[in-house]
Amino acid sequence: MQRRGRIAYPYTVWMVIFIVVPLFLILFYSFTEGDIHNIKDLRFSLNGYKKVLEPIYLKVIGDSFLLAGISTLICLIIGYPVAMIIANTDAKYRNLLLTLFIVPIWMNFLLRTYAWMSLLSPNGFLNRVLMWLGLPKLEIMPGKGAVLLGMVYNFLPFMILPIYTVLSKIDKSVIEAAHDLGGNNVVTFMRIILPLSVPGIVSGITMVFLPAVSTFVISGLLGGGKAPLIGDLIEQQFLSSRNWHFGSALSIILMIMILISMAIMSRIDKSEPEEERRKI
Amino acid sequence: MSKPLIELRNLTKRYNNTTAVDGINLTIKENEFVTLLGPSGCGKTTTLRMIGGFEDPDEGEILFEGKLLNNVPAYKRNVNTVFQRYALFTHMNVYENVAFGLRVKKIPNSEIDRRVKKMLKMVDLEGFENRNVDSLSGGQQQRVAIARALVNEPKVLLLDEPLGALDLKLRKEMQIELLDMQRSLGITFIYVTHDQEEALTMSDTVVVMNKGVIQQVGTPEDIYNEPINRFVAGFIGESNIIEGVMLEDYKVSFDGMVFDCVDKGFAPNEPVDIVIRPEDIRIVVNPEEGMIKGRVTSVVFKGVHYEMIIESDTREYLVQRTKMFPEGSIVGMNVQPADIQVMKRGSTPCNEEEG
Ligand SMILES: Nc1ncnc2c1ncn2[C@@H]1O[C@H](COP(=O)(O)OP(=O)(O)OP(=O)(O)O)[C@@H](O)[C@H]1O
Ligand SMILES: [Mg+2]
Repeated sequence: MQRRGRIAYPYTVWMVIFIVVPLFLILFYSFTEGDIHNIKDLRFSLNGYKKVLEPIYLKVIGDSFLLAGISTLICLIIGYPVAMIIANTDAKYRNLLLTLFIVPIWMNFLLRTYAWMSLLSPNGFLNRVLMWLGLPKLEIMPGKGAVLLGMVYNFLPFMILPIYTVLSKIDKSVIEAAHDLGGNNVVTFMRIILPLSVPGIVSGITMVFLPAVSTFVISGLLGGGKAPLIGDLIEQQFLSSRNWHFGSALSIILMIMILISMAIMSRIDKSEPEEERRKI
Repeated sequence: MSKPLIELRNLTKRYNNTTAVDGINLTIKENEFVTLLGPSGCGKTTTLRMIGGFEDPDEGEILFEGKLLNNVPAYKRNVNTVFQRYALFTHMNVYENVAFGLRVKKIPNSEIDRRVKKMLKMVDLEGFENRNVDSLSGGQQQRVAIARALVNEPKVLLLDEPLGALDLKLRKEMQIELLDMQRSLGITFIYVTHDQEEALTMSDTVVVMNKGVIQQVGTPEDIYNEPINRFVAGFIGESNIIEGVMLEDYKVSFDGMVFDCVDKGFAPNEPVDIVIRPEDIRIVVNPEEGMIKGRVTSVVFKGVHYEMIIESDTREYLVQRTKMFPEGSIVGMNVQPADIQVMKRGSTPCNEEEG
């Protein structure tokens, strides 16, 4: 045991340097103001947080959560049936099918987003095809529509995977038992398959919502600054506006909101068995 | 126990290159306790699954009360199943598991409550209503599975090795409970097992299968006392299986001697298989008084009896007697004509050469 404890030391050091310290720095900057390069100039202040409450920034936060929420919902609506189809495919082809849906993850994230840019841009592939067909131009990029598309495309595999994993673990004989007891396909799905797949849905939602709500690459590239999200705002504060205090405050707020939504999700995940346990 | 309830006609199921069930014919009567018995992979589960509606037959028909059942989906069949590994709904408590079938049929809540409670009482699980099924022992889960199926009052209950996962003591208890339930509810049971003792103790009718083919159908006594072929004789209980020749009616010869027997209807000098149960061989101390002479080569105490191997000039006989004869002693052995079971060779329904 001692040995194993010692082996963990480098890991602990790593964690402290790259996770704990940056976290405290951000917390520190969020509660101060002044010249960030001059430690003597820094003083306690809540201005970073006050700025977050300004209507334009509140709207950005609201937009981020709304967009992330919508894209999560779309991912769920597309991802669940896909996961179900994969899980019900013959074992021989199942891995192939799964790989087809997962392959996009193996490509570089930026590359994928650039690909969408060139597809959707005003003179991009899509519009040239439309023009060629004599149809009116589509102007979704830059804009929220394109951002939504980018989010769904990029994060869909993260919805499919956990749901597929849970579905493929459901014992076939449980489904047969439901049929045996008189349940047709709809009843069996609603009362057996869906409730049993809740853990997969919950982790799928978490795995899509979290990156979607904090992304800045997708909104930056496909939104073209027209629909800034909280991620863009934070990026701006650190890279161009150089207002680290405001950026840090935004990060902390985002983190708190994510923690709250994660807590809610894990509640949903556990609610069913807990209810039963409570009845005992 | 009179009207035919289920009829299987030439039922066949193939998977890629194996024939799991090979053209079986079987009639199951109302209130009958039928057991499908056979070694692993002989097609018991497949047969049961075709009756339950989880597997489509490739050939043949399933009739239920005279009506074709082949194209009726599982959820519309008046048949319920107790699955091998219970297949309980882990996201529901005991009560909801049992109530599931009734809820699906939109039966009023008050009646559901009455029937579920009655059923739980019957399987001795009163007070377990709100327990999570994961928190139950194997035997309790088994009871939930049985209650969940029986609460629907099916005409037929299919059970696929329902006691396979239980320890010996619990298994014996559950065997008795299942029999009681079957008798008191008057439901037809189709029971799958590969445990020959279980099959013999519980069933009205035993169906012995091998390699997808029915070998013999009969009462437990028939199957034990008059096995139709080598396979059945070897699979049910221990036995001495000997090759011989049927000289004429009531006369069979083996090991160079001629024995009286009670079988007839064979061609003159037809080669046959003979089965003699180990408990049917009597031992006499004076070797000259026995039809067969032999030397005791091994003695094992088995509780109720001693199991001895006695070597004659031509073969080893397995003998079970309550009286022990010491190793090395020369003894004589006698067999009553009624205890010599003569079986046809070759013309059996066994498709061994195909497998
Ligand atoms: N889904 C399937 N795909 C391919 N082959 C199958 C399938 N189900 C069963 N088989 C084959 O069919 C044969 C009969 O199987 P079955 O499950 O009916 O045997 P069983 O008598 O129930 O055996 P056990 O006592 O081991 O449960 C076996 O050879 C098995 O490998
Ligand atoms: Mg089986």
